[in-house]
Amino acid sequence: MSLPGHFTYWITVFLMVAGLYIVIARGNLVKKLVGLSVFQTSVYLLYIGPGKLIGGTAPIIAPGYSVYSNPLPHVLILTAIVVGVATLALGLAIVVRIREAYGTIEEDEILRADAHAPQRGGA
Amino acid sequence: MPLVAAPLVVLLRSGRAGWLIAAGVSVASLAGALALAARVRAEGVLSYALGSWQPPYGIEYRIDAVNAFVLVLVGLVAAVVVPFGRPAVAAEVAAERRYLFYAMLCLALAGLNGIAITGDAFNLFVFLEISSLSSYVLIALGRDRRALVASFQYLIMGTIGATFIVIGVGLLYLQTGTLNMADIAARLEAPGAARATLAALAFLTVGICLKLALFPLHMWLPNAYTYAPSVVTAFLAATATKVSVYVLLRFWFTIFGANLVFERLPMPDIFLALSVLAMFVASGIAVYQRNLKRMLAYSSVGQIGYMTLGISLDNVPGLTGSVVHLFNHGVTKGAMFLFAGAIAMAAGTVDLDRLGGLAKRMPLTCAGLVIGGFSLIGVPATAGFVTKWYLVLAGLEKGSLLLAALPAASSLVAIAYVWRFVEAAYMREAHPDLAGVKEGFAAPLVGGWILIAICLYVGIDSTWTVEAARRAAAQLLFGAPQ
Repeated sequence: MSLPGHFTYWITVFLMVAGLYIVIARGNLVKKLVGLSVFQTSVYLLYIGPGKLIGGTAPIIAPGYSVYSNPLPHVLILTAIVVGVATLALGLAIVVRIREAYGTIEEDEILRADAHAPQRGGA
Repeated sequence: MPLVAAPLVVLLRSGRAGWLIAAGVSVASLAGALALAARVRAEGVLSYALGSWQPPYGIEYRIDAVNAFVLVLVGLVAAVVVPFGRPAVAAEVAAERRYLFYAMLCLALAGLNGIAITGDAFNLFVFLEISSLSSYVLIALGRDRRALVASFQYLIMGTIGATFIVIGVGLLYLQTGTLNMADIAARLEAPGAARATLAALAFLTVGICLKLALFPLHMWLPNAYTYAPSVVTAFLAATATKVSVYVLLRFWFTIFGANLVFERLPMPDIFLALSVLAMFVASGIAVYQRNLKRMLAYSSVGQIGYMTLGISLDNVPGLTGSVVHLFNHGVTKGAMFLFAGAIAMAAGTVDLDRLGGLAKRMPLTCAGLVIGGFSLIGVPATAGFVTKWYLVLAGLEKGSLLLAALPAASSLVAIAYVWRFVEAAYMREAHPDLAGVKEGFAAPLVGGWILIAICLYVGIDSTWTVEAARRAAAQLLFGAPQ
């Protein structure tokens, strides 16, 4: 249970909390998305870290390869990265549309704009 | 199948063809769900190894009494909402985007079905993201610019929730070295819960609760439901949160086991408190809403309280009540949002202050909404009554009159907000803006009435739904339907 031994975990937790903090604390929508990305990335580390052995190689069955890294987390995280990219792209696309509609991407200005806007009926 | 259909719809680039395909797919998924449910009834748990990789190594699709029930609900709502929602889509979504709309609807349906059907924890996350990402897009297609902000909010909250779920799954994987749900459960059974298991449980629970909009994590829901196109609201309100409730059930009962969740941790107390708060506070907020759709959205948050209340009681009637409420509330709210959409299209507003005397103009729509409201209150002979009945029974079985009285008492709050609509539509003088308003398009009305008819039918003759829900509850609690 040594500090350096849990190095990856410390990094992971730091990124996780930092990302979450950015999402909550920042009013700028793009910065929120950046925070969200950092948060998601920390999870990639959480999966990958324990799957890696020092000196481990890809699981190839051949003489000379005896220590393998666990390939499954890599595969899972590849999927998670794809999901993360899709989320980020969609989020940015929505920010672009918000900017077209409101002319700003600051959360408080958007809320103010809505509060002053006449209550339009309908959906 | 909906997954294949989505790119097909995009390729065709035509709203009409998109609608045809989406409608066909949703009807087909209902048929598939019913066939699966029948087989589960006859043969017990079904398992399908994807790509012929044997579980626990490959991804397994596993269907038992619980998710067969959820699949039928999702299929049913899709099969009613999509075919009959066409005029509403035509009115609210720009023509050049309509084919994309149907493609997204197909994807959402695929994601929800996938969540329900899969037996693999990581696969569940992937399907969750498929359905979530497509629902962000669907919400952003609303006409109002506030739909964009609502969608963005939902995206942030939803992604945080989903990421929490991945963290939870990751911790479980690190401990057990497997992702298959049944396999995780078997390996976790070692006595003495490790800290990491508890951490995984915490992450998963918070993540899922964000997705199912349990009070106080519901902030994204009212805006998203209010500003989304009405077809989307009807579809998502009836299915998305329900599927999340299913995910919670699956993780709690199948993976962690009721023993860990309910006996060693204060989970039931926490959930009980949150559920009761949801039932009263969210319904209370609903009373003060001027916007009909927003009122219904807050009422959804309140109704989710009933589902989690039944879960937290942890006995057969309680779980039966929860599971049956998935269906009852899904059908009721789907219908009510369809009607609200019909009003929005015909009257151009869903502001209660401007809907005075609407019942004279749109008698069928208003009558449907009122019956749906009765079901939310839990008037006998509607679906909502069956749920309340089981929750009260569950409270009594726990030996607490207070618990039994709570669902009944919260009905009073529901009466208050349903009454606001009744008062506006039936009692008030006709609002001048409504002079030329007539019953809108027939299709959403027919769809809504089909759902209301189902809601009344299961209210009067509840043997089928309750039987299915009881089997599901027994499956969760004892591992086998009884």
